[in-house]
Amino acid sequence: MYKFILKRVGMLLPTLFGVITLVFFMLALSPGEPARVILGERANKEAVEKLNAELGLDKPMHVQYVIYLKKVVQLDFGRSIKTGQRVIDEIKSRFPATIELAIFSMILASVAGIFIGVISATKRYSLLDYVSMFGALFGVSMPVFWLGLVLIIIFSVNLNLLPTGGRMDIRYYFVPITNFYILDGLIHFFKSGDLGVFLSAVTHMILPAVTLGTIPLAIIARITRSSMLEVLKQDYIKTARAIGTPEHKVIFKYALRNALLPVITVIGLQFGMLLAGAILTETIFAWPGIGKWLYHAIESRDFPAIQGGIIVISTCFVLINLFVDLLYSVINPKIRTE
Amino acid sequence: MSFLKLFKSENVANNSESIWYENWQLLKKNKSAMFGLYIIIFFVLIAIFAPVVAPFDPYAQNIDIRKLPFFSWPYILGTDDFGRDILSRIIYGARISLVIGFISVSISLIFGSFIGLISGFYGGWIDKISMRIIDIMLAFPYILLTIVIVALLGPTLLNAMIAIGIARLPQYARIMRASVLAEKAAEYVEAEKSLGVGNVELMFRSILPNCLAPIIVQATLGVGSAIIESAALSFLGLGAQPPTPEWGLMIASAREFVSSAWWIVTFPGIAILFVVLGFNLLGDGIRDVLDPRLKD
Amino acid sequence: MENNKFLDIKGLNVSFYTQKGVVRAVRDLDLWINKGETLALVGESGCGKSVTASSIIRLIPSPPGKIESGEIFLDGQDILKLSEEEMQKIRGDKISMIFQDPMTSLNPVFKIGDQIAEIFITHYGLKKKEALERAVEMLDMVKIPSPEKRVKSYPHQLSGGMRQRVMIAMALASPHPGIMIADEPTTALDVTIQAQILDLMKELQEKIQMSLLLITHDMGVVAEMASRVAVMYAGRKVESADVYSIFEKPFHPYTVGLLNSMPSNEKYKHNARLEAIEGNVPNLLEIGDGCPFENRCKYAKDICRNKFPEIKDMGNNHHVWCHFAGELNF
Repeated sequence: MYKFILKRVGMLLPTLFGVITLVFFMLALSPGEPARVILGERANKEAVEKLNAELGLDKPMHVQYVIYLKKVVQLDFGRSIKTGQRVIDEIKSRFPATIELAIFSMILASVAGIFIGVISATKRYSLLDYVSMFGALFGVSMPVFWLGLVLIIIFSVNLNLLPTGGRMDIRYYFVPITNFYILDGLIHFFKSGDLGVFLSAVTHMILPAVTLGTIPLAIIARITRSSMLEVLKQDYIKTARAIGTPEHKVIFKYALRNALLPVITVIGLQFGMLLAGAILTETIFAWPGIGKWLYHAIESRDFPAIQGGIIVISTCFVLINLFVDLLYSVINPKIRTE
Repeated sequence: MSFLKLFKSENVANNSESIWYENWQLLKKNKSAMFGLYIIIFFVLIAIFAPVVAPFDPYAQNIDIRKLPFFSWPYILGTDDFGRDILSRIIYGARISLVIGFISVSISLIFGSFIGLISGFYGGWIDKISMRIIDIMLAFPYILLTIVIVALLGPTLLNAMIAIGIARLPQYARIMRASVLAEKAAEYVEAEKSLGVGNVELMFRSILPNCLAPIIVQATLGVGSAIIESAALSFLGLGAQPPTPEWGLMIASAREFVSSAWWIVTFPGIAILFVVLGFNLLGDGIRDVLDPRLKD
Repeated sequence: MENNKFLDIKGLNVSFYTQKGVVRAVRDLDLWINKGETLALVGESGCGKSVTASSIIRLIPSPPGKIESGEIFLDGQDILKLSEEEMQKIRGDKISMIFQDPMTSLNPVFKIGDQIAEIFITHYGLKKKEALERAVEMLDMVKIPSPEKRVKSYPHQLSGGMRQRVMIAMALASPHPGIMIADEPTTALDVTIQAQILDLMKELQEKIQMSLLLITHDMGVVAEMASRVAVMYAGRKVESADVYSIFEKPFHPYTVGLLNSMPSNEKYKHNARLEAIEGNVPNLLEIGDGCPFENRCKYAKDICRNKFPEIKDMGNNHHVWCHFAGELNF
């Protein structure tokens, strides 16, 4: 077990190193000079060269690479060309919004997906099974950005039930503490007795979370169903039934715990994907997270920001995958006890 | 050499027709897979005969008929903010989406399979290095990888295809490598090797044909996701550029009218949904046929 | 005699509705077991023994399986007429079951103790803690060393023999153990372990006066354990008798084949060589109304092809379903 953890963590470092290196060379070798981007196409040659020197871009590539590595290790991604702010600060201020959105989407997707998958598997070939599996197939076939817009058309424009975007109604003035607005809303409620901030945060969360969560929900439902069907065929389920275990206990205790093993891996992978998938959802719902920020950085070819954003998101992705692998080994007694 | 063919490759060669025929018979029985296939055929036909089928020129603008609502005869699905017929644009859009889907999948399929084949077959340092690179590519969420590649190459449709192809390539390499490793252990490979069959011949004529099943499944499902991804790129302004009648772009350009003209956003999305659904249904069906273990 | 039958199966028909067609896995089966008695149900794999076992505990996977007709009386009660809830109360109470592969019949993600405790929670209404204490007692009863430790083990930490002991413990934990169905309980085990498990089963069976339905293809196990034997072939019962008369004077060619394939059969020692029965079990999809053994039987005549034989009473409760029973010399 410990050996496994050590080995897995040991694999992490070269991967991260590879990610950082790949990002550097992708940007360094890409067409277009950052200095030109900053100064505009008509800037004169001296000004461009001067700026190149300032940015260290006049040095040979391997030197640039070493400098870059040293900085990245200290989480220094330089300053945004567009805003002049430190990239890491910009990321820090936007990250909670993305994490909050991703967490809520994932809770929605996991709870609903597992539930639908289990019910589908136990009521196999029933109408319910067909409807939910066809629904899941629709879910994975849908473009997320389109779904978001359709939800806005239905729930914001026509029914006028939910806001079209943002994280919080502008009439609420409050000072964020954790930057997780739903949490902040709760804190605000306990302090002042005013539930408005919390409710506003929740209503703003619903549509983006549903949009972002739909694909993972569909995938989780499908995986849970097939994993559950596989488990229900096993002898130990027959054993559980043969000793008279009540059926609901057979399903939700003895079968589900086995069936969840592969599902957990998928949930982790999807959670990592959400961080990147947030680019579309955040753009549609004007959600001030890292996805929308990265999108604007790409639009304006803000190289330091792009570098920083990709490295941070990919690192999270890698860390989440690691976490899931470790979690898997903790839940699975076969690995844990070895 | 000839007697060796009895072991497997000859079997494959001789029976391959019947195996494919048998699989096709099984697939035909799968109603949802056939439904998917019909959807795909429908869109392919529409794409090929777009000039015949489309009632209007997809590029023709007409300020007098801007934003005509759904079902304003003869503009069945309405018109967009430039007065272009939405139905015609969707029909022409099928050409773009299908081409992107097939080309980007071909890129990942050809290069990914090749990498997987080589690294699985030769093993050793070739395998170590290529799998290390694949691991690193997989460390990026592929959506992000796609966006970054296309952002660096420049926002055009061609670059979007390349980016999608590259970002999805690791999956094909992994799948191929796993099948090759399994196949390499088979007896017929040992036997052919001992008779001095060349590596290249062994790899491409004996091993490759036996490793195609999982790749075919992946590729079928891959066309669907490539279509969604290219639409997403265009939606973000990183793929097709106006006035191309690309579905994602059509949705993007209608974003500001969601409150006044819902049909401009809705119908291109439904088109995407159905094409992708078609590929997913077919892909699931093929998987059930080719890999009965996964069948429930 | 009649009311001494703990299990009494009458005219059981079980079919599986597969994509390729209807498989009639069990046909017109009659079978009974007296209180405290051991009946061995013998046959090759795929002959319907396991389906019969699953039918008795009503755990045929459905769909595709279906009990078409028949009655299964357990302690005088027709369990096929019970609701699923009522059946649930009987499972693990009056009937219990042991499966062939102890590797797969215990849940890999739960501790042994928790799995045994489930019976005490379900059928005795005990709390988890008391149930676990009882689980320790059960492990002790099936002679698992240091049971306090073992309740906390996961299945993969035990050997195959130990796991099968756990299964036996679960079967014996039932409040009113009436019948135990053991489906090839020793097939997956080493020979030395086999004997230990069989001894344990025998000992405990005698102790609590429980009926045992032993499903096996191993005539050695039959000789060791059973008092009566029923031989099944392709879904049909072809011969039944007490264990002595089966070994002494079998009448059905298939039974003879089974005995000849037995490595250490005293009776047939003069026959010296070990014989395998030639041919294969027929595809149950293509089987007609004739004798199912017809295609492998060297004595088969036209009548065998067309008609399943009537029951023939050879006396002393020895029944055979063969057109030529008693006329053949083996």
